[in-house]
Amino acid sequence: MAEKITTNDIVKEENLVFRKTPLFIDKPLSYCPGCGHGVAHRLVLETIEEMGIQSETIGVAPVGCSVLAYEFMDIDMQQAAHGRAPALATAIKRLHPEKFVFTYQGDGDLAAIGTAETIHACNRGENITIIFINNGIYGMTGGQMAPTTLPGMKSSTSPYGRDIKTMGNPLKITELVAQLPGTYYVTRQAVHTPGAVRKAKKAIRMAFENQKLNKGVSFVEIVSNCNSGWKMEPVQANEWMVENMFPFFPLGDIKVPAEQK
Amino acid sequence: MAKVKGSIVVNIERCKGCGVCVPSCPQSVIALHEDVNAKGYHYAYMANPEECTGCANCAMVCPDAVITVYRMKVNE
Amino acid sequence: MKELRLMKGNEAIAEAAIRAGVDGYFGYPITPQSEVLEYLMSEQPEKRTGMVVLQAESEVAAINMVYGGAATGKKVMTSSSSPGISLKQEGITYIAGAELPCLIVNVVRGGPGLGTIQPAQSDYFQSVKGGGHGDYKLIVLAPSSVQEMYDFVDLAFTLAFKYRNPALILSDGAIGQMMEKVEISDQKPRWTNEEIIKMSPWATTGKTPDRPHNIITSLDLDPSKQEKFNHKLQAKYKEIEKNEVRFEEIQTKDAEYLFVAYGTSSRICQKSIQMARAKGIKVGLLRPITLFPFPSKRLFELSKQVKGILTVEMSAGQMVEDVKLAVKCSIPVEHYGRMGGIIPSPAEVLTALEQKIL
Repeated sequence: MAEKITTNDIVKEENLVFRKTPLFIDKPLSYCPGCGHGVAHRLVLETIEEMGIQSETIGVAPVGCSVLAYEFMDIDMQQAAHGRAPALATAIKRLHPEKFVFTYQGDGDLAAIGTAETIHACNRGENITIIFINNGIYGMTGGQMAPTTLPGMKSSTSPYGRDIKTMGNPLKITELVAQLPGTYYVTRQAVHTPGAVRKAKKAIRMAFENQKLNKGVSFVEIVSNCNSGWKMEPVQANEWMVENMFPFFPLGDIKVPAEQK
Repeated sequence: MAKVKGSIVVNIERCKGCGVCVPSCPQSVIALHEDVNAKGYHYAYMANPEECTGCANCAMVCPDAVITVYRMKVNE
Repeated sequence: MKELRLMKGNEAIAEAAIRAGVDGYFGYPITPQSEVLEYLMSEQPEKRTGMVVLQAESEVAAINMVYGGAATGKKVMTSSSSPGISLKQEGITYIAGAELPCLIVNVVRGGPGLGTIQPAQSDYFQSVKGGGHGDYKLIVLAPSSVQEMYDFVDLAFTLAFKYRNPALILSDGAIGQMMEKVEISDQKPRWTNEEIIKMSPWATTGKTPDRPHNIITSLDLDPSKQEKFNHKLQAKYKEIEKNEVRFEEIQTKDAEYLFVAYGTSSRICQKSIQMARAKGIKVGLLRPITLFPFPSKRLFELSKQVKGILTVEMSAGQMVEDVKLAVKCSIPVEHYGRMGGIIPSPAEVLTALEQKIL
């Protein structure tokens, strides 16, 4: 070895292997440290960048932590009333069949208040992409019980743990929509490790590519953390998620089109 | 023999010090600095830069996309 | 000569929508307005003009489909009847807050609750005072004939796009269900995407390199900005009040007394006027065509001419409050109305005039 390679030698444009996509608007994200939303945002935006569809994409933001998603995504976006994103997306896609239309929703939005809109958009087979972030809690409003809160899991409205006898069962809405003939591709992913992120990226890419086929809803659930709501350190929250969330919400494809298997 | 050398650049002021990148690094390059940024976060930095291979695992999991990754082949 | 057709009021709304070049209709069945969706489905407007028609899973979904479509600059609408309109209020306030043009049709039935399927005018407050949460107004048109049901669809879209504001046609079960002769207008072409981008540069049509990304939202967490936005809305409503007041006067020139009524009630009042004048009672009618903006200025002028006003509404008395405000308590203003789906007869309206005002 002739001379010692310094950081300055490596940090050059020609050696660049990863940078933040320019579609990610350059401002501080409003999410808590360690929150999976940021990664999920990035994967959606990288997909749009790589497919070259910025001018053809219309996104719908939910109510919840990601209500401000449109502040960070450099694409045309609409903000929906709580749970109604699939209804907005239905109309946008019907009126603009040539556009790529997606919703980005949390568990409270998609699986509680918006259950009807979710089920019926999926059942009609709307040619849209649904990105569903499931962290088992209402993060934005301060950690209340969500439709996906695990049995026994503590939240501010289940302070002694979710009692399924009185509070009902967590809803596996992803398995539910997979049963509907209108869904084309249904998968559950995570973004807590490099490997999981790479898989989630592939799933999101497929979910967007599928819109070219006009075969129905592509539905990507991302099981994510809410370290503030769960009252844990970010790294600890990811570990807790692996131990507790994944057994109940197992990762992997739930419905894959025959021709893509 | 060709060897891969990598390096990362952290946008220090945007780093929230969540530390999710730390266990993702297979070479134990990254740590949280004992100093803090303007918002009071212990930001991520290369504690052990010699070992970085530019695998981009840290950037993959970074929720705030504050890590830029570079990699070059070095002939030894 | 223009084409004439015998149509139900609800069918007139539907045909007018196709002819006005509407891009999308999203609805949900409810009596007494289901013919709007039925007519559209049987006409297959996707073949006539490319118009999208979709039966949603609920009124809530339907209005949110309108929200989504309107945000892309398309001409979109929904229709329903009172209980369904209550469900739509969430979507309507978002649409008003995001300043989007669209059309909502309410073929009113009696309430409260499930009430009755018979006609009423008891949604006046909900229509002109906002309806959902927050400080907002709809542009409210009140047709009194099947022809006006037809004509007001195009007018509503013209006003909605002029002011970037949702418009409401406030009809009732009688006008929705009755059949009358309608003069059919020529087919207007639907706007092309290029026309929409030019006309509505705010619309979410896909971010192109020549402009920043467009965002349609009703959210602003910064109180000073949110207050500023609310002031902007209020200024817009003032502008609408200045420019868009519409009303009809019948036999007001020599009137000593005045009926104020809209929609079905105004038709009843016309007969009551004939009966009154036969008895030597000089009464006229002011029929508001726009309920917001309300013809307050004209009413104040008339209050200097007439001795008293009777409002006739199929409700417990809602518009009467706006009439009282308009005349600034300078003359007696009374209300006569029937509820529960009953339409008052001309004779009972005349009796009410004689007992309450004369």
